[in-house]
Amino acid sequence: MKLKSRKLKKTTVIDFATYIGVILAFIIMNTLKSQGMLTRSLTGQLIPICCYIVMAVSLNLTVGILGELSLGHAGFMSVGAFSGIVAAMSLQSVIPSEALRLAIALVVGAIFAAIAGTLVGIPVLRLRGDYLAIVTLAFGEIIKELINCLIIGVDEAGLHVINATGTKSVNDLGLSEAGRVLIKGAQGATGTQTIASFTAGFILIMISLVIILNLVRSRSGRAIMALRDNRIAAESVGINVTKYKMMAFVTSAALAGAAGALYGLNFSNLVATKFDFNTSILVLVFVVLGGLGNIWGSIIAATVLTILPEALRGFADYRMLIYAIVLILVMLATNNPQLKALFAKLIPVRKGENVNGQA
Amino acid sequence: MEFLSYLISGISLGSVYAIIALGYTMVYGIAKMLNFAHGDVIMVGGYISLLSMSSLGLPWPLAVILAMLVCTVLGVVIEGLAYKPLRSAPSLAVLITAIGVSYFLQNAALLLWGASPKAYTPIIAGSVKLFEGQLSISYVSMLTVFMCIVIMIALTLFTGKTRMGKAMRACSEDKAAAQLMGINVNRTISMTFAIGSALAAIAGVLLCSSYTSLMPTTGSMPGIKAFTAAVFGGIGSIPGALLGGVLLGIIESLAKAYISTQLANSIVFAVLIITLLVRPAGLLGKYVPEKV
Repeated sequence: MKLKSRKLKKTTVIDFATYIGVILAFIIMNTLKSQGMLTRSLTGQLIPICCYIVMAVSLNLTVGILGELSLGHAGFMSVGAFSGIVAAMSLQSVIPSEALRLAIALVVGAIFAAIAGTLVGIPVLRLRGDYLAIVTLAFGEIIKELINCLIIGVDEAGLHVINATGTKSVNDLGLSEAGRVLIKGAQGATGTQTIASFTAGFILIMISLVIILNLVRSRSGRAIMALRDNRIAAESVGINVTKYKMMAFVTSAALAGAAGALYGLNFSNLVATKFDFNTSILVLVFVVLGGLGNIWGSIIAATVLTILPEALRGFADYRMLIYAIVLILVMLATNNPQLKALFAKLIPVRKGENVNGQA
Repeated sequence: MEFLSYLISGISLGSVYAIIALGYTMVYGIAKMLNFAHGDVIMVGGYISLLSMSSLGLPWPLAVILAMLVCTVLGVVIEGLAYKPLRSAPSLAVLITAIGVSYFLQNAALLLWGASPKAYTPIIAGSVKLFEGQLSISYVSMLTVFMCIVIMIALTLFTGKTRMGKAMRACSEDKAAAQLMGINVNRTISMTFAIGSALAAIAGVLLCSSYTSLMPTTGSMPGIKAFTAAVFGGIGSIPGALLGGVLLGIIESLAKAYISTQLANSIVFAVLIITLLVRPAGLLGKYVPEKV
């Protein structure tokens, strides 16, 4: 047996390093948490950080790997969050196990977000560049407003759903005595049982990583990246544009939905306006700062930027201002030609190494 | 009669969108970037005009001019500090920087002027009553439409006749070729930002005059809608911005009145999506086929 064949490919090494890094981070955080060494605000942020990591990784699939700018990713998170809440809350009496209910909620969230992703993707992916971006923005806003108009309740007869655009209110649901209202239009979901756990967040991150890294390294992944690099050339060698674009987009939406379901079940109250344009932008910032197409970069950026506003709490009123300045300075520094040349000297690029992805 | 009054308020709202959209479309046409901070420059314009009227006691035309000056300087400074170093960077990096600038302006306004909405006295009060008082048109909406038309004519003349305007068109066509012809591309881009920001100040005054309240996030939603309007009309095209803005305003106003207040924005965006599917480059945009 030749020695060369045993040597792992560089991408494989990076993938395994990513998995091991996430596992180690989880073990460390869990130990610290059980020892009570984390501050309360940080403990409260563990699950949102997991959700944002999954959001960033999934958006990276659309923006970094597929190369299409999406400004409506929070819309899929919203679909996942509210469908997950409805699923978890309506199964409360049927399935006593919290973990199982959480798992079902995540799957339901992912399925509904995938359906939304398919519906949005069919028209959106026909467009290109900034037009595609503005249409994803538009869909994000539409999803937000539609969910804002939903009133959903549950009783023995099943789910009751009405549209609250007119004068209708919770009383029009026609619930029986034992029924409960799950989502109250603009007031959002109230009284949700918070069953999300850090372990579930960790498992969700691992599942998303396995899905995305395997997709990227597969034949389909190479087809998707070929579409990003040169659509016309890819099309001319027989790559089905619509199929692969939809594959990336729907996968990305489904993972965002699962992240949304976890996020929704972490808070007892949740309004649809939480998932607005600013949330989409926030996730996009994670992706771009972490490096386009760079999965572990997204993970680190999402973690650091979620903790940063809390860590800056000492600066009180100035913290968002500092956040903004940090964001601008990081973008200026990472795109400075002199600095780039310096880094290139420090880290020589080896022959045959994959150098794309760094935005 | 009711329909007519909704239509008029739609045209007035649409004129504000059109003025904001002009700023987006000019910057996009030349620098090929989405200036997300544009909406927040509107907000700054609103605050400056409010403060100069209430604290300094200036008459409104002076307040508007002061707001325009401050916003122009602000726009040029933003461009010079944040966007100029990124001229050759990937477009997403510039987009994120613009978002950073937008956060910065919002939070700076929050610190300077507080989070609570401030009451904004319209620059002109009163309205005209027509048809025995059945239809009333406020002076503010008349002024808005008038300003929109004046700005549109001035800009069309500026880009068509003056040296600077021609330089702008040359830059938007092909920056490298423009530079070879001796056009100072950096100065042209700064100039575009200056004009766009001055327009944003006017839009800020008009917007606040019709909504009569002002807070640090006032600019962001009109900013997004105006950007939508610019894309709707065909981004990069000045008449497109006017058409897109006014149509968007009318659709929003009528949707609010006759369909649903809560879903008005959704209807606006749905119309945008359908338009883009039929005409992928917007209403007046030029569709450039890709060459292989």
